[in-house]
Amino acid sequence: MRIVLAAVAVMAFIAANGLVLVYMERKIAGHIQRRPGPFEVGWHGLLQPIVDAGKLIGKQLFTPDGADGLLYWLAPVVSFVWVLPLFIPIPFGPQLTAFEMDLGIVLILAFSGTNLLALCMAGWGSNNKWSLLGAARAVAQSVAYEIPLLLAILAVAFTSGTLDLSNTVKLQGGWPWQWNIALQPLAFLIYFICALAETNRAPFDLPEAESELTAGFHTEYSGMAFGLFFLAEYANMIVVCAVATALFLGGWQGPVFSGVWWFLAKMYALLFLMIWLRWTYPRVRFDQLLNINWKWLLPLSLANLMLTALLTKVF
Amino acid sequence: MKHHLSPEQISGDFYSRRFEQGPDEDTLILNMGPQHPSTHGVLRIILALDGEYIMRAEPVLGYLHRMHEAMAEHRTYLGYLPNMGRVDYLHAVAWNWAYVGAVERLGGIEVPRRAEYIRVITCELNRISSHLLWWGAYLLDLGAFTPIMYAFDDREIILDLLQSVSGSRLTYSFLRPGGVAFDLPDTFLDEVKAFIPHMRARLPMYKALVTDNTILRHRCEEVGDLPLEMCRRYGATGPVVRGSGMAYDVRRAEPYGVYPELEFEIPTENSQDAMGRYLVRMGELEQCLNILEQAVQAIPEGEHLIKGAPKPRWKAPVGETYFAVEGARGKIGVHLVSDGSSTPYRCKLRAPGFSNLSLFAELAEGTLLADAVSILGSLDLVIPEIDR
Repeated sequence: MRIVLAAVAVMAFIAANGLVLVYMERKIAGHIQRRPGPFEVGWHGLLQPIVDAGKLIGKQLFTPDGADGLLYWLAPVVSFVWVLPLFIPIPFGPQLTAFEMDLGIVLILAFSGTNLLALCMAGWGSNNKWSLLGAARAVAQSVAYEIPLLLAILAVAFTSGTLDLSNTVKLQGGWPWQWNIALQPLAFLIYFICALAETNRAPFDLPEAESELTAGFHTEYSGMAFGLFFLAEYANMIVVCAVATALFLGGWQGPVFSGVWWFLAKMYALLFLMIWLRWTYPRVRFDQLLNINWKWLLPLSLANLMLTALLTKVF
Repeated sequence: MKHHLSPEQISGDFYSRRFEQGPDEDTLILNMGPQHPSTHGVLRIILALDGEYIMRAEPVLGYLHRMHEAMAEHRTYLGYLPNMGRVDYLHAVAWNWAYVGAVERLGGIEVPRRAEYIRVITCELNRISSHLLWWGAYLLDLGAFTPIMYAFDDREIILDLLQSVSGSRLTYSFLRPGGVAFDLPDTFLDEVKAFIPHMRARLPMYKALVTDNTILRHRCEEVGDLPLEMCRRYGATGPVVRGSGMAYDVRRAEPYGVYPELEFEIPTENSQDAMGRYLVRMGELEQCLNILEQAVQAIPEGEHLIKGAPKPRWKAPVGETYFAVEGARGKIGVHLVSDGSSTPYRCKLRAPGFSNLSLFAELAEGTLLADAVSILGSLDLVIPEIDR
């Protein structure tokens, strides 16, 4: 029973946050670019996401000529549906975890790899060389960046001694120096960069590089199919920021009045940072992107892990 | 029936069917354009890709051919002038100047000093707005969505200035053989004097935010290595050749107007890569401001159009001339041949973009797709002037 309620709550959370994020992104982008962003629909454009959703739903759904029907239509569904289990182990509040499990981090890491499958299906099934290129880039990028991500999370697991996210939060305190980020600043940095790459956000947004590949792997999608990819990307962003909050920033703990509002505040601060980075920096070239991973992030995260292991053993 | 043709050779069009693939059969033939977010116009490039590496690139032109040179044969000398603004709408004043310069040479027409200074001021303002747009669009290609908004903000000021003097925001038909069409409005010079420090204050911000950015530097440095002898082979001019070390500027090599009286440097970089070309154009922005400063100080009173300037049905003397100016993209040339009637016999337009684009096929071989986008942007191509 609890799990059913939890699933419904999670879906509602994703939907609501998706709307908020769409609005946030467009407003922040606008203000960074010296313009107001959406303004017409509702007060200061607050109803814009709803109207956007309505527009996407109302669009004609068609299959491109020669596209593999099954793969083409399955890709956005897979992309979106498979994000839902990622929210299960995340501790939103002291009692607000969908399902307490002692392998929460493993679940998240395992399921986040399926996003890749959806991208591949989209890229191949579109019968479009540009989509294929986008999908190929996405595969290499995702696979490469999963490793330092894993190692960074492992470092935190070493210091906390647990793979359970709710326990990790409980072990931290309310004040910033009691958060895990004080113990593992490098891991946080590595995690955040890998999170940007995993969610295909700028400056690592080559798979959907608008000015190079028209739109990358979702070139041929329109209407709600595109909407699902869009939502899936935002849901992914929310997941990685939520996990970062739980692992590094003390989760729902706060100096005063600990609770779910602290969790949301920290999560949104990280989301703001992600959006800010997107609209500031140019895109990293693909081989440079992989270079950053293999030559910098991987050795650093390995060194961090070794150091953590050593220090945990000693102290 | 055995097919010896690859799939691309059975379908596709004239160009993709005749595109030689080279020895490796495993390449992906891709059309970049004619509709593509980053080919600055209607340019089509057929690419043979091996993964991300470009094995062979071939630009296909003609999607924007509007027969400007043929139009010249059917219009009077004055009637053809608006065409010039449309050839390269980003630096319309320079194209205007090249044409009226050719007509003036043909007809032996003098230009009053005030008109010369007005030409310099409007041309340099136009050059700044062209470089700002190039900058914004280049960064948009590279994935930074914000600088174009900032660049356009500055560009608005210039567009308003030029509108107050010529009536158009973009496609100026402002020059006339023998001077300029209108005299400056009363507030124009003060507004230009206010604009110069404003723009000067913006440049350090552009440098700190964009030029010094690591990601941008990695996208531009050592990308598109263009040796000088290759520039010479293709006839490249403008920032493209100045980014490869040669300080060739038509304003100094074949001086025209009042440029000999104005002091400015020619920014040159030796790095031969996209970053060099980028820095040349940013340096040119500063030099344009220097020129503007001197010009608004030195502009004399006088007429804006010589008495006896060609009227609409003016007949040019028989002969032919060539006049070249320095445009934002390179050397703009107009070769006019007159047979004594009121329409030109032949008007050949030398577009700098055409020579600069011809480099691309050789330059892009062996580079990554993302680098090709960066190279295209650094060449500052405007397809309308390439196709004319």
